Amino acid sequence: MRKVKCECGHVNPLGTVLCESCGKPIAGNQHIDGNDGKKLLNMRYDGMARRSQTYTKSFVDRVWSFFSSVKVGVWLIVIALVASMVGTIFPQEMYIPPDAPNRAPSVYYEEQYGVFGLIFYQLGLHNLYSSWWYMILIALIGVSLVICSLDRFVPLFKALRNQKPKKHKSFLSRQRLYSESYEITDEEVVKLKEKLKKRRYKLTEANGHILAEKGRFSRWGPYVNHIGLIIILLAAILRSTPIFYMDEYVWVREGETTVLPGSNGEYYVENKDFILETHDDERFRETLEKEGMVASNYQTDVVVYKATRPIPGAEPELEPIVEDSIQMNQPLEFDGYELVQSGYQLNEFTNMTFKIHETDDSNEESLGTFTVNLMEPESEFVLDNGFRVVLDQYYPDYYLDDDGIPASETNFPRNPAFVFFVYPPESENAEVSFLGIGKNIDASGENEYKLGIADFEMHDVSGLSFKYDRSLPFFGIGAAIFMIGVIQGMYWQHRRIWINRTKDGELLMAAHTNKNWFGVKKDIETVIEDTNIKMVDDQQELDEKEK
Amino acid sequence: MDLVNLSSTALYTAFVLYLIATFFFGATIRDRRTDGKKGNAGKIAIIITVIGFLAQLVYFIARWIASGHAPVSNMFEFLTFLGMALVLAFIIIYGYYQLSFLGLFALPIAMIIIAYASMFPTELAPLVPSLQSHWLYIHVSTVALGQGILGVSFVVGLMYLIKQVDQSVKSKGRTWLEFVLYLLFVLIGFVVITSAFNIANYNATFEYSAGNQVIATEYHLPAIAAPNDSSLVTEGVMKPWFETPGWFQGEDAGRKFNTVIWSIISGTILYLVARLLFRKRIGATIQPLLKNVKADLLDEIEYRSVTIGFPVFTLGGLIFAAIWAEVAWGRFWGWDPKEVWALITWFFYAAYLHLRLSRGWHGKKSAWLAVIGFGIIMFNLIVVNLVLAGLHSYA
Repeated sequence: MRKVKCECGHVNPLGTVLCESCGKPIAGNQHIDGNDGKKLLNMRYDGMARRSQTYTKSFVDRVWSFFSSVKVGVWLIVIALVASMVGTIFPQEMYIPPDAPNRAPSVYYEEQYGVFGLIFYQLGLHNLYSSWWYMILIALIGVSLVICSLDRFVPLFKALRNQKPKKHKSFLSRQRLYSESYEITDEEVVKLKEKLKKRRYKLTEANGHILAEKGRFSRWGPYVNHIGLIIILLAAILRSTPIFYMDEYVWVREGETTVLPGSNGEYYVENKDFILETHDDERFRETLEKEGMVASNYQTDVVVYKATRPIPGAEPELEPIVEDSIQMNQPLEFDGYELVQSGYQLNEFTNMTFKIHETDDSNEESLGTFTVNLMEPESEFVLDNGFRVVLDQYYPDYYLDDDGIPASETNFPRNPAFVFFVYPPESENAEVSFLGIGKNIDASGENEYKLGIADFEMHDVSGLSFKYDRSLPFFGIGAAIFMIGVIQGMYWQHRRIWINRTKDGELLMAAHTNKNWFGVKKDIETVIEDTNIKMVDDQQELDEKEK
Repeated sequence: MDLVNLSSTALYTAFVLYLIATFFFGATIRDRRTDGKKGNAGKIAIIITVIGFLAQLVYFIARWIASGHAPVSNMFEFLTFLGMALVLAFIIIYGYYQLSFLGLFALPIAMIIIAYASMFPTELAPLVPSLQSHWLYIHVSTVALGQGILGVSFVVGLMYLIKQVDQSVKSKGRTWLEFVLYLLFVLIGFVVITSAFNIANYNATFEYSAGNQVIATEYHLPAIAAPNDSSLVTEGVMKPWFETPGWFQGEDAGRKFNTVIWSIISGTILYLVARLLFRKRIGATIQPLLKNVKADLLDEIEYRSVTIGFPVFTLGGLIFAAIWAEVAWGRFWGWDPKEVWALITWFFYAAYLHLRLSRGWHGKKSAWLAVIGFGIIMFNLIVVNLVLAGLHSYA
């Protein structure tokens, strides 16, 4: 590897912009950090040689250089930002409202949003955040994070570990804060040093030259927070595997015990009761009058069972392991799984009991009854007195579609309707009856017998998420490291003050900070009090620059 | 006096005090012209600001006790709290930089936000089940504080632009700056027009069907845009000119859209009146006030408020938000529009912080970014709730 020797005698690695020892700008390398023709030196990386700026020949070098550029990183962020915006123009597929006329994405977007909706759907933007290209974008940001950090961290770490107080004049005078003072006595310098120490600067001295430094650890903040982000991205990869993440959804009727999907038949849950409470508090009267009912509690009282199968394939024996109430914001946890209150459906019909009576009997005296289980309806009912009833059509959630044909909106028995064939005793000719809630239609008008709803039972249904997410600790660690990193990097600053002296009492003072110039100026103002040292000039005044 | 009254009186007091403090901050302009030392005006101004902040704290605590939950659960409460956070951020940053001019700009912005907030329903409202969690306080207050601090960077960025954009030459910068100032007028227009018709007790009811239900919506401003597919029920009021397009999602989309139209109309009128009065651009009118502020210092305060606000926003808007979402909904991230826009905000400020590393992104460009960044925050607060309904439609 070729080296560059500075006039101070220090040998610098190839690509160095400012001599590692004395800071003198190295001729021919100034374009790297954009110092050409500028008064002030770019101190961002202390003028260290960086791999990305030095080696640009091979393919690996080029890839490295590409991703190590902050510019590229910012572009990736901006592209991700714009893409994320685009995804919110219309709802994502999972947020298509449940009451939409047609929830099929191929229909919904065009129907609701016209041609833009169609384009949105056809470009796949309705699943944007799980699309391959969005994932790749985020992955590229991850790659950029790693390479940017490595490219800078290693040289910066070396540079800051071996700092020399003696700097070349051309380094000092090209700092943003700089002053030259004359006829400064040793006593004044002693005073200065004491004040610097009081302000918690760490001093390094060599031959009367001083480097005062504080808050260096804040320089590592960006790298720490980038590590946090990398951990978060890795956690996201883990989460996409079934070992770390499982999420199932189950509807349980009141009184029903059902197997928890995704548990391999190991766990069962029983819904003992679903409770919906509403607010009824005097102090909220005005709002409640305006808005109607406001829910205060969604709760499912459940028992979780563990199944044991003494003989494989046999009916499981269920042993209750937990009995608890699940509320919103209070999920139930057991054996590393979680049950979360996620939905509900009130007042579904459990069963309906019908009676048969003669059409012209005004007392509607019952000739016999039968009960239809609305979850699993039987197709034929034979009554004791010889009547036979066939359930021809069953619409759990009845409505008339656009063509006026009866249909079922969902498979849930919320508004059941039926077409029955009634066979009177010893007759082969059926009378057709149509029944629903508030509907009782005899299409022929000649039926001798009529059906009526005698009784019904209802239940609520609770929607529960059944899940585990073992990636959460990793996200937590990543987020914590990220926060430590940003706070470290942003709430502290790395301040350095160089004080170089010549034999004839001349004193050169220069200062640099990565943030908060106001703060370092205040520091200098205090430490030079009672001395003849001149206050530093701020050589970068935006007022001048922009006018 | 009961707690609810006490609370609204305290809020009103705070508002008036901020107004008075603004005038005192204005008076410091003269002080600066004579010598470098601060006069009494600056001191009085900051003391009044602090008292105003304490009054707002009284509002906050009284309302908390009255409703039994921290008042951060709907649009009125959240925006009021955001205004308060902005004032707090200002007080902290004033303590460090002692820059009176900042008050002259930050307090009016905070006042506009508070006035805007009080146009939303102010009655105590109960919490729906998903909001019944301690994370409500932790998440929302951290977010508001972060946004308040980022709000300071917006205020300072705006000051920087007003000071630095050359008003004598036609340029894109000059036009856009004027547009941003015009938007502030639209906000004020919203407050004025809403208050005016509220005092007049204007009411027009529309009915429209959603699914199988018929929903009634009350307009408190004359209807220019009716709800989609609706019919006017009230008699003897202005007939709507047209209907809100169907792709406006969310509850009461028609009414909100109508309000936006009214705000733009009244804001434009106010803006034109101001232009006639001053006979120059608003930017040019304010510019001389900032003659004695150092552009460098503004640039630095703007950058520093982003560096201070960014971690707070990340903590509240992403991390605490994710923890709560995990507890309440069983997933910590669901690509809900509000969540996505929080991420967009985060991306934006991350880009800002990285751009500051490179040369040429200080000064004007960076000030524009600070202004746009707060624009994104406001977008998430206003437009996402208005147009893109989601799980967060309550606030």
